[in-house]
Amino acid sequence: MKRINIWLPVISGLLAMVLDICLPNSFRYAALKQPYFLYVLLAVTVFFAIAMILSIFKNSVRLWTQHIGQFAGAVLLFLNVFNIVTKKLALLPVIFFPAPDKIFGVLFEEWSFLAVCVFSSAKLLFTGFVFGAAVGFLTGIAVGFSRQAAYWVNPLVRILGPIPATAWIPIVLVSFPTTFSASCFLIALAVWFPTAVMTSSGILNVQNAYFEVSSTLGAGRFYQIFKVGIPAAMPHVFIGLFNGACASFITLMTAEMLGVKNGIGWYINWQKDMMAYANVYAGLIIIAVTFFVIITILFKLRDHLLVWQKGVIKW
Amino acid sequence: MVGEIRIEGVEKRFLQQNGDEVTALSGIDLKIEAGEFVSFIGASGCGKSTLLRLIAGLNQADAGKLYIDEDEINAPSYERGLVFQNPMLFPWLDIYHNVAFGLKARGIYKEKKDDIQRFLSLVGLDDFHHSYPHQLSGGMAQRASLARALVNHPKVLLLDEPLGALDAFTRMQMQDELLRIWRERKTTMIMVTHDVDEAIYLSDRIVVMTPRPAKVKRCIEVTIPRPRDRGAGDFLKLRSEILKILDFAGRGQEPEYYL
Repeated sequence: MKRINIWLPVISGLLAMVLDICLPNSFRYAALKQPYFLYVLLAVTVFFAIAMILSIFKNSVRLWTQHIGQFAGAVLLFLNVFNIVTKKLALLPVIFFPAPDKIFGVLFEEWSFLAVCVFSSAKLLFTGFVFGAAVGFLTGIAVGFSRQAAYWVNPLVRILGPIPATAWIPIVLVSFPTTFSASCFLIALAVWFPTAVMTSSGILNVQNAYFEVSSTLGAGRFYQIFKVGIPAAMPHVFIGLFNGACASFITLMTAEMLGVKNGIGWYINWQKDMMAYANVYAGLIIIAVTFFVIITILFKLRDHLLVWQKGVIKW
Repeated sequence: MVGEIRIEGVEKRFLQQNGDEVTALSGIDLKIEAGEFVSFIGASGCGKSTLLRLIAGLNQADAGKLYIDEDEINAPSYERGLVFQNPMLFPWLDIYHNVAFGLKARGIYKEKKDDIQRFLSLVGLDDFHHSYPHQLSGGMAQRASLARALVNHPKVLLLDEPLGALDAFTRMQMQDELLRIWRERKTTMIMVTHDVDEAIYLSDRIVVMTPRPAKVKRCIEVTIPRPRDRGAGDFLKLRSEILKILDFAGRGQEPEYYL
């Protein structure tokens, strides 16, 4: 049964290509210069065909293709159906549901402009995330270890934290000199709250016995904070960072759609106003890929730093 | 010879959640010689662990004083190493760095690095330097936690039911290891235990305590020459004597509750 999994992506890809070539286009479909969808299908199918051949020789490739086969086949099948519904039959409003040809066409033809947008978004996201995570981490440590800090900062965290960062937009946009700094602040705010809360809760949940053992081993207060409290709280800190990352994506998009005059969120909004829905979908694909990459990097970082608790927290 | 502990008129009270005060320890006077192996034995919840925590400096006595050699005890120190029933190894450090923790905390890691290797060998964990605590069995983890306490060369080693969580075979094996370490290091050892056999097998002296509030009921010198045979006549005689003192011998007590 598992053997078939290896074949699925190739079969599904070939089927999609055959149907795309053989079926007549709807009269409402304005043809492009190039069949971009066909190129994508061809590339994916060839990729899986090579994987299929390699899987005969290499065990690791075989396991991977067996695992991914069903899913990749299903994705190709979905694209196939989507292609037929839009390009061949035009069952959905053509303006809002462009054919895959057009969507991939945008990616191929406008990639340099899209790259500029992604870069500008990434700069904003990175700056905001780093500031928010750093301040959140420090806030969490202070609240976790000092009663004084907990007394003053906790109410602040609890009252200001749950307000969605985007709700501050009207105030923040007028109080900061540039839209870039304003958006940075909003993203930092969105990351700050979950990071601070999870860091402090992580520290407060460290078993007291660890501190007791370390004190009988000769550790002073500061050594305990940095070598016992913080390492023990790291799994919680990462949960905070993941939540913060998700909140920062939301804030980034909203900020770009409302104020900032560049970036991928702004691009989507702008294209929507121009009724260029193929570009909107292309933008969404880029966002999905970018955020997927960021989250994956965060996972890898966690796996690297927290080898000791592999399998304790599952995602 | 260093590592003498003196306990003078120590009293400890705890505040319960309903506001009542419970006396956990009252009027404890005890002197533990340097290099002696002493066991505290008594019913569970009788306050023997509390006494151990006072000696460690993790809690403060409400009355009376504790001394190590000439110094008063009022805070935890590496001079009094502590091993819990649960090994409490730091899960984020591998075994080597767990043992290195004390040396690093005291800032003498560079000079004393070789000790880590030595103590890991002493407890038979030569091949596990890079393992993480969750990869170790219960007995191995407890040995690692012993090495972690010993690497600081404590004057006194405090053992709070150190073998309580181990199976019977590992336990007997670990008892022999404790004895071997004690003979090699000449460290004063103070152990809390529930296990009468364990107390007799290991100790020079057994301190039997009464429950709530804990007082010293009897101090029993164990004069049986080592190595001790758990099945020998004098061993069993002492065992039944201690059980009698603990009120467990013969017909047994009236049950505290009926099902």
